[in-house]
Amino acid sequence: MKIGVVTFPGSLDDHDARRAVRIAGGEPVSLWHGDDSLRDVDAVVLPGGFSYGDYLRAGAIARFAPVMSALIPAANAGLPVLGICNGFQILCESHLLPGSMIQNDHRTFICRDQRLRVENATTAWTSDFEQGAEITIVLKNQDGQYVADKRTLDELEGEGRVAFRYVVEPAAAGAPGARTYDRFAGRNPNGSYRDIAGVTNERGNVVGLMPHPEHAIEQGYGPSLDGLTFFSSVLKSMVNA
Amino acid sequence: MGTVVVDVMLKSEILDPQGQAVAGALPRLGFNQFTDVRQGKRFVLTVEGEVTDEVLAAAREAAETMLSNPVIEDVVGVRAESPAVDAQAAEPRG
Repeated sequence: MKIGVVTFPGSLDDHDARRAVRIAGGEPVSLWHGDDSLRDVDAVVLPGGFSYGDYLRAGAIARFAPVMSALIPAANAGLPVLGICNGFQILCESHLLPGSMIQNDHRTFICRDQRLRVENATTAWTSDFEQGAEITIVLKNQDGQYVADKRTLDELEGEGRVAFRYVVEPAAAGAPGARTYDRFAGRNPNGSYRDIAGVTNERGNVVGLMPHPEHAIEQGYGPSLDGLTFFSSVLKSMVNA
Repeated sequence: MGTVVVDVMLKSEILDPQGQAVAGALPRLGFNQFTDVRQGKRFVLTVEGEVTDEVLAAAREAAETMLSNPVIEDVVGVRAESPAVDAQAAEPRG
């Protein structure tokens, strides 16, 4: 099972994503932004980072890279695609996923272990999770505030296309002197509308999320091994396809 | 040589963190009369020769497809700017 990972100028997490694919039992394949071939891979990961320096808008220039001219029709035809962080932004700019990402509402970069709830365990990238499971993976972003108009948000929720939500910690944890102080207690960590951390397309083959599963795959590194399940899900879904 | 100016603003219903940061800092300089700040983007596109209707049409298309994201932004202006007007505007006043 070959999973391609695209490197754009400014991608940061392409190496980690390839490592995650390998540890999960897949064969990672490097794909290049300037190449319009997908090299016969069975799935594609668009990794995190700051493609083209986030100039214009996050993901806006990467969306027109030659590799995307091959990826967009393939994704529309059912190829499993996972966009992580900047990759999620690229999928939104490509209109493969609805909505968009703007700067965090608190205007600061964020890097922390983040609890998420799996809201849709039927997609190509989440089928190995239990519906409603809570997982902890790394969140690190500047432009992570998911926004869309009300109609789109209602539609996403109505069709079960919110794949992940941020678990909002009780407000008490944010009180001064609280035993476990949490700066983002009582709210989600970047201002995302309706606490949305990840969404999927109608078919369930394209998933985008802001936090990073590829950083939570190995004992001793990162907050959990929850990230592996994204990759084992897609490997299984390809076997069953 | 002609130029086309494209102005893009975040939609009014989208939070503008940069604008809010500026709005928060203005009172520190004594500017208390501004109740809100929205920050946008201006693109200046240069062409060889005159800005024809075709050039303007191409600029509009570029504005809709790449310079803005219709999910969060509006193209609020696409217009030709003559170099003469630019030069005048650049003159120091007073």
